[in-house]
Amino acid sequence: MLQLSNILIDGVVYGMVLFVISVGLSVTMGLMRFINLAHGAFAMAGGYLAAWLIREQGFPFFAGLALAIAATMALAAVLEAFVFRRLYARTELQQVLFTIGFTFFFIASVNFLAGAYIQQIPLPAWLQGSITLGARTLPTQRVLVAAMGLGVVLLLWLLIVRTRFGIWLRASVDNSAMSSSLGINIRLVQCATFAFGAGLAALGGVLGAELMPLEPYYPLKYLVLMLVVVAVGGLGSVSGTLCAALLLGIVDTASKYLASGFGNFFFYAAMILLLALRPHGILRRR
Amino acid sequence: MDRSESLRAGAVRGITFFPWQAYLAALVFIAVLYWLFPGNLLFLTRVAILALLVMSLDLVTGYAGLPTLGHAALFGMGAYGAALCAKHLTGDPLLGLAVASGSGALLALVSGLFLVRYQGLAFLMLTIAVVQVMQNIASKLQSITGGDDGLSGFEVAPVFGRFEFDMFGVTGYWYSMILLLLSFIVLQRIMSSPFGLSCVGIRENRDRMSANGTRIYPQLVKLYVIAGAFAGLAGGISAQVNQIVGLDSMGFELSAEALVMLVLGGTGNLVGAIVGTALFSGIHHFAATANPFHWLFVIGGLLMIVVFLPKGALQLVARRLAGRVLSLFGRHA
Repeated sequence: MLQLSNILIDGVVYGMVLFVISVGLSVTMGLMRFINLAHGAFAMAGGYLAAWLIREQGFPFFAGLALAIAATMALAAVLEAFVFRRLYARTELQQVLFTIGFTFFFIASVNFLAGAYIQQIPLPAWLQGSITLGARTLPTQRVLVAAMGLGVVLLLWLLIVRTRFGIWLRASVDNSAMSSSLGINIRLVQCATFAFGAGLAALGGVLGAELMPLEPYYPLKYLVLMLVVVAVGGLGSVSGTLCAALLLGIVDTASKYLASGFGNFFFYAAMILLLALRPHGILRRR
Repeated sequence: MDRSESLRAGAVRGITFFPWQAYLAALVFIAVLYWLFPGNLLFLTRVAILALLVMSLDLVTGYAGLPTLGHAALFGMGAYGAALCAKHLTGDPLLGLAVASGSGALLALVSGLFLVRYQGLAFLMLTIAVVQVMQNIASKLQSITGGDDGLSGFEVAPVFGRFEFDMFGVTGYWYSMILLLLSFIVLQRIMSSPFGLSCVGIRENRDRMSANGTRIYPQLVKLYVIAGAFAGLAGGISAQVNQIVGLDSMGFELSAEALVMLVLGGTGNLVGAIVGTALFSGIHHFAATANPFHWLFVIGGLLMIVVFLPKGALQLVARRLAGRVLSLFGRHA
């Protein structure tokens, strides 16, 4: 029983991190039909910037986090406007190549600037302890991650369902040519979505730093993980990505607790099963 | 160097079979490489093995237009097949290659029956999953595959009972190069046959091929099995020449590198597969000895440039060169 609740709690926390990191990728892939393998680079940029701001420059935790996210979003917006935009009309293979090349370049630059060791993000004192919730005692950091994950879900729901931008976004995902002819500024939607997705990735990079250590090879190491979540969740589907991330997070955590000798076997087996049954996304029947 | 490479390049444009001079030139080229770089035979052998893997990848990704990141599963299957055959059955290398090729084809059949139902992102992700699952199985079956330590301690008998695999890699070099050349000839024939052309048709327009009466699914399974046989062959050569099989021969990284090599040389074109492999390995060889991160700068920059190069720029250069060389033989390119 204790083990089951451990698996569920750790799995949900892990799933939340996966969701926050991957959801931006899912939306850009659904909206722009752009396979952006450089998404992990934005998560890493956020993590590294936060580590640098908080550790070296002495910013408080949340201020450093907010600044790092803002800087990553600005970087993403600039890159989108000048570089990635030109790839939207290219073939899948060319997109894959360019973005993977960009990732390699990014890894080498980060290593050149910050060195090859793991970056630690120091936590404030009140986050280091543990918290008692009912019968269980949990590390405060985990609780924060889960709470912020829920916050992101809520925020995204509000943004997509309740705002005018959300209407534009949904219309563009469904049919961008038609939305454009109805007077929606597609370029603005694309650029803002890309930057926003990168910002979420940065948040995920910081929140998940305990589970996925920040090192130069970060964007390649966790790239497959992000792609799995996006593919299982279905392109452009926020709720699908959430379901896929939670499910895969729990499966992976359970297999680590119960069958550690098998490595990633069950994670990928679950993915094969889910993709075979629902190739267009976990919540889409077609 | 230019001569045989560009001869082969010249023959790609619509000519369905090669003049025998081209094969002779390739043999001469292999001999010249042997004579010029006696100290780098192990490196050249590795290039030959990888080129065979990349050609096999080209069938799936280039000709049929299905980008895969799981091709190393087939390669690793062949490698383990050849190693286990040498360990438990017979040390004969050619028999080992048959086993390697067979096991690659078998895995391709089993996974292909399932995989080629999908396209695009779903296919790409499923191939990643297959390679990861296979790697985890290989790692778990430690008693058979040696797990993380790799599989070694098997003896490979001399080729034809005469040419022993020596530590300088002389036999390994000729063995892998000749097999690469033979595979190239066979694959060139297969891909310019009606079957190969129908695969290109499937890449270009599935609906239309289907309306023409081509049965897409069996064609793709067949192609995947052929690719599996040749990827397995490459794995088998690798196992026999290196006398060890590691888990990395079944890894995602090898698959991704093979895809990068293929694209550097140009997809849908077997010569491109060989040129891309040579280019990638060459750069890797020189850049990585200095610092592994320099290598990432170089390859990352190269990949970004390749995408934005005007289409066919490299092919144009190759074609010009080919035209010059072919005119030496009194042919019009």
